[in-house]
Amino acid sequence: MTMTATVPAVVEAASGADQDGALAGLRWAVTRDLRLAMRSRAELGVQLLFYVIVVALFPLSMTPERNLLATMGPGVLWVAALLASLLSLPRLFASDHADGTLEQIALSPYPLEALIAGKVLAHWLTTGLPVALLAPLLALQYYLDGESVAILVAGLLLGTPILSLLGAVGAALTLGLRGGGGSLLALLILPLYVPVLIFGAGAVDSVRAGLGATANLSLLGAGLALALVGTPFAAAAAVRIALD
Amino acid sequence: MEARSREYSGRASLPPLTCHKSGNEPPLIIRCAGSTPPQKGAQSRLHPDLPLPMLEAHDLAGRRGHAELFAGVGFRLAPGEAIVVTGPNGTGKTTLLRMLAGLSAPAAGEIRLNGKSIAPFAPELRSSVAYAGHLPALKDELTAEENLTSLVHLAGANATEPALRAALDAVALGRKRTLPARVLSAGQRRRIGLARLAVLRRPVWVLDEPVTALDSAGVDLLARLVHEHLDRGGVAVLATHQLLGLEPGRVQSLVLGG
Amino acid sequence: MALNWTRFASPASFYPLAGTMIPWFGWGAAVLTAIGLWLGFAVAPTDFQQGEVYRIIFIHVPSAWMSMFLYVVMAFWGALLLGFNTRLSGMMAQAIAPTGALMTFVALWTGALWGRPTWGTYWAWDARMTSELILLFLYFGIIALRQAIGDSRRADRACAVLSLVGVVNIPIIYYSVQWWNTLHQGASVKATGASMETTMLAGMLVMSFAFWFYAIAVVLVRVRAIMLERERGAAWVAALAEVKA
Repeated sequence: MTMTATVPAVVEAASGADQDGALAGLRWAVTRDLRLAMRSRAELGVQLLFYVIVVALFPLSMTPERNLLATMGPGVLWVAALLASLLSLPRLFASDHADGTLEQIALSPYPLEALIAGKVLAHWLTTGLPVALLAPLLALQYYLDGESVAILVAGLLLGTPILSLLGAVGAALTLGLRGGGGSLLALLILPLYVPVLIFGAGAVDSVRAGLGATANLSLLGAGLALALVGTPFAAAAAVRIALD
Repeated sequence: MEARSREYSGRASLPPLTCHKSGNEPPLIIRCAGSTPPQKGAQSRLHPDLPLPMLEAHDLAGRRGHAELFAGVGFRLAPGEAIVVTGPNGTGKTTLLRMLAGLSAPAAGEIRLNGKSIAPFAPELRSSVAYAGHLPALKDELTAEENLTSLVHLAGANATEPALRAALDAVALGRKRTLPARVLSAGQRRRIGLARLAVLRRPVWVLDEPVTALDSAGVDLLARLVHEHLDRGGVAVLATHQLLGLEPGRVQSLVLGG
Repeated sequence: MALNWTRFASPASFYPLAGTMIPWFGWGAAVLTAIGLWLGFAVAPTDFQQGEVYRIIFIHVPSAWMSMFLYVVMAFWGALLLGFNTRLSGMMAQAIAPTGALMTFVALWTGALWGRPTWGTYWAWDARMTSELILLFLYFGIIALRQAIGDSRRADRACAVLSLVGVVNIPIIYYSVQWWNTLHQGASVKATGASMETTMLAGMLVMSFAFWFYAIAVVLVRVRAIMLERERGAAWVAALAEVKA
């Protein structure tokens, strides 16, 4: 077998301004991770199915009394969303770490923070967003009225990205550790996530009590802003530490 | 040796290297004759924006956990030179190469690229070094072509489809380019990595056991790529036991654990 | 006389310094505890609302303060490690975590004991107690992460990142009582003046210093043990009197 022609060179994009680098890096990570997720659709389906089953378990395990269910509903839906996300978090970095791609990602000229943000965005689009969109359907089992459901979904739309962002930090910190996938990861990020849970479920509770959800939702929004700014840097630092 | 800038005319006009194998038992020696003389006319230099590289290591020490693997490692590579790192298993070859790629910090000592001391993950390293580690960095679910495109884009390069297809053709994966990486053999997966190296034209190559899983044709290809890279003025650090027919004048040897 | 503090950044010089500091802080803690307990249990008057049982605040409040303060200090050492990469920073952060967890546990436990006779329940999910519980789990997470990572350098840096991410929780705990009007009383000790009886205040402050000295002493003992373990191959360790024996 002869290898004859010289492999043609490719002109590299000039390194350019960091802005361009960050957005391009984000785009690279989102498109690649979404493509990979679409090729493993079954895995995503399983997670959503888990969410649906957990939510359905509670009315089955108790007396399906209307008021009781309506009081518990927001909490159950939030906790189930949390558990479903936790299931998928180790996947964020584990596959890339196992086949050596994570090293190439860390060595890319694009900022690692942007690449990680892209991965987190793809993770949320395949985990948190479907959970938030399914919630109205599942809330039917809990006899929640329309306004409560709307606040529930709004809260989930703000809270599930926070979970993905915090989860990225946890997943990066526990990269490659024995048993680090599940329980250690949960132990690390659950304490950080509890305020989100409290405000998210609390928003629905205050609406049902007639108090309005603005305060709770604003706090969730502030939490999301803080997480958006801080966690990519923490996760990038954690990835570099894990690769060291 | 002063820095030389080799310039070539056109893209596919290099005469093919003729490589002969001698002997059938290891170490497999490949001698390649016909290295390219400089030709007039400016075209694809190593990389349009980056200078010809000078890589230096001073007094590097590496450790894993509490065990010290090596200490006092130093070398200097001028453009066009390579260094081959050998040594028994466990002496820290991979650790050293990862330091040079910028993945981990040395326990002691300093690495300099073009005279500037650099830290792990430094931006200069990330745009100048092409690192190939033990694992081929391929996603099973993506096809060979998609993998190559993805890796090349990750490195910040604008790759056109024809260019990438030509690259896969050159490594004899043209007909397999639409197959998912999962069904490719280990040697074929390695060749995707070779295509990436050739396409990116980074000044510094750090290759950890690049010969793994390659058949003799693949080794020939690797030898040729390294040769061309050095001819263009690049530098290379290789951890390998296979001689690649590099001229004694341009390759240094580093033995760890000796 | 200006001391060159960076001289003490190396474990070899910090080890003997810590050794001389430990007895001072240890005895200081003992003395302050004695004074504080005397103030709290013998001198301070009976609270007309809660009776004698309120006296548990002389342990509860200082331990709660210390639990938050120690976390911030630990996060600070973590930041130093990430910024300056000194070995001592990692060791100090490692030494603080168990004591911080203990303080949090004491705060929760004494809080529960206080809550039972006062509010009728050992536990209520009010803002401050929940936040303190979260703090306990943050400490546990850091300790668990350190145990899970074998390599001490990676463990130091990973725990530093984790503690810095968690430090956001501290203001939340501190201000949670203002943000929710729940069972806990508002801060009785403000910067401008105290709204409590003077002897109660004195007792709490003395106990706070007592806990602080105790924490310093224990952390220094622990960090010396960590140093010996991590640097066991080094020449200065072999030359120590206690190692030679």
